[in-house]
Amino acid sequence: MCLGIPGQIVAVADADAMLCTVDVSGVRRAVDVACVAAPGRPLDELVGAWVLVHVGFAMSVIDEDEAAATLKVLTEIGEAEAEMAALRLGLDQNATI
Amino acid sequence: MRYVDEFRDPALAAALVKEIGAVCARLERGRDTPLTVMEVCGGHTHAIFRYGLEGLLPDLVEFVHGPGCPVCVLPMGRVDDCVAIAERAEVIFATFGDAMRVPGSSKSLLQAKAEGADVRMVYSPLDALALARKNPDREVVFFGLGFETTMPSTALTVLRAAREGTSNFSLFCNHITIIPTLRALLEQPDFGIDGFIGPGHVSMVIGTEPYRFIAEEFGRPLVVAGFEPIDLLQSLLMVLRQMEDGRARIENQYARVVPDAGNPAALAAVQQVYEPRESFEWRGLGSIAGSGVRLREAYAGFDAEKRFALAAAQVADPAQCRCGAVLTGAEKPWACPEFGTGCTPETPLGALMVSSEGSCAAYYQYGGMRGAAA
Ligand code: SF4
Repeated sequence: MCLGIPGQIVAVADADAMLCTVDVSGVRRAVDVACVAAPGRPLDELVGAWVLVHVGFAMSVIDEDEAAATLKVLTEIGEAEAEMAALRLGLDQNATI
Repeated sequence: MRYVDEFRDPALAAALVKEIGAVCARLERGRDTPLTVMEVCGGHTHAIFRYGLEGLLPDLVEFVHGPGCPVCVLPMGRVDDCVAIAERAEVIFATFGDAMRVPGSSKSLLQAKAEGADVRMVYSPLDALALARKNPDREVVFFGLGFETTMPSTALTVLRAAREGTSNFSLFCNHITIIPTLRALLEQPDFGIDGFIGPGHVSMVIGTEPYRFIAEEFGRPLVVAGFEPIDLLQSLLMVLRQMEDGRARIENQYARVVPDAGNPAALAAVQQVYEPRESFEWRGLGSIAGSGVRLREAYAGFDAEKRFALAAAQVADPAQCRCGAVLTGAEKPWACPEFGTGCTPETPLGALMVSSEGSCAAYYQYGGMRGAAA
């Protein structure tokens, strides 16, 4: 919950709602990007960016190396697994977000 | 130094450990007590144990595990309120999985669910809002907890609910802020911590400026750190160097993720939706002035505390538990008579045993009862 997990923004899901599709280790879900979007810029510019995702919200743009290193630590301390399980839980219950 | 082999950059790790040793050797002269460095964040606690960092350090330095695990400081009375809300027939109670097993005075949310309450584990507050949209005839309540890292997510969800006009959604707000809590710790007369490793992800939201009083008023160094073992070693070295030089500053080792100004959009959402409470109760620490937030009047319609009559009782922890002393770093988990016997991760008595970020769970998982013999 507190540590979040890195993911890559792969598409704009709903620009009005500030939602992008983010790929987190192969699992895709809609993530709120309000905290990382540059004011007044189109969300398309975020596609391809790596972000730290906390409970469905992108909280920071990071580079790809940082994403890989963070994922490695999370995996080693066992948090990646917990985070991925939680993420999938979200998908099962809420296909409609 | 057998552990450093598995680090991303073993040579750098070895160099850092060596340099920490050299600084400590100089600091050690004329000292007979250890230097204590508190890592505030539960994620750091977990990483320190996982990588066996304590075993790499000179005897002079000791990590003290701070109160930065939001699940661990949740008071029992608030869990009881969650259970009471969840047990109402019209309610779907949505929560992060982490909170499911925190013991209340009679039961946890997991037990309430087993007894028939409609409790749903969700990944995100957005999922709870989606549940509300899908179940217009039910009341969906989201259990908001966490420090500044998760606070923007619930604030933005409330703003979204307001925009959409989703009126069957509400938030049971139990968010807490780290700054007043650090101040309360520092103001304790016997607080013996010499320096701090600052939380990475809380700082990603709030920036580094709010910590300034720790250096200026209390003369303690704080270094905001990342989660890799290398980050933690480097941050510790930065803290120790400050001590050696007789400086106390706020430094940022994790600048690649933490901007000094924090995240302006996240802070604006938090500011718009929440206001400080006079005080908030922490499990094991008691009430701390200004440490909790509640929804502002403008969002009262989404406030579960206003929507449901709650007992809001203060419930004392079982007398034999040492959760408070462990949380403030005054005692190690094995000093608690329940550690590993009455209280285990499977059947937690205190919340420090529930979350993998709690120090009792970390000692149990990685240290077993080893320390008890020491
Ligand atoms: S062992 Fe259990 S009861 Fe004792 S301090 Fe830790 S969490 Fe609290």
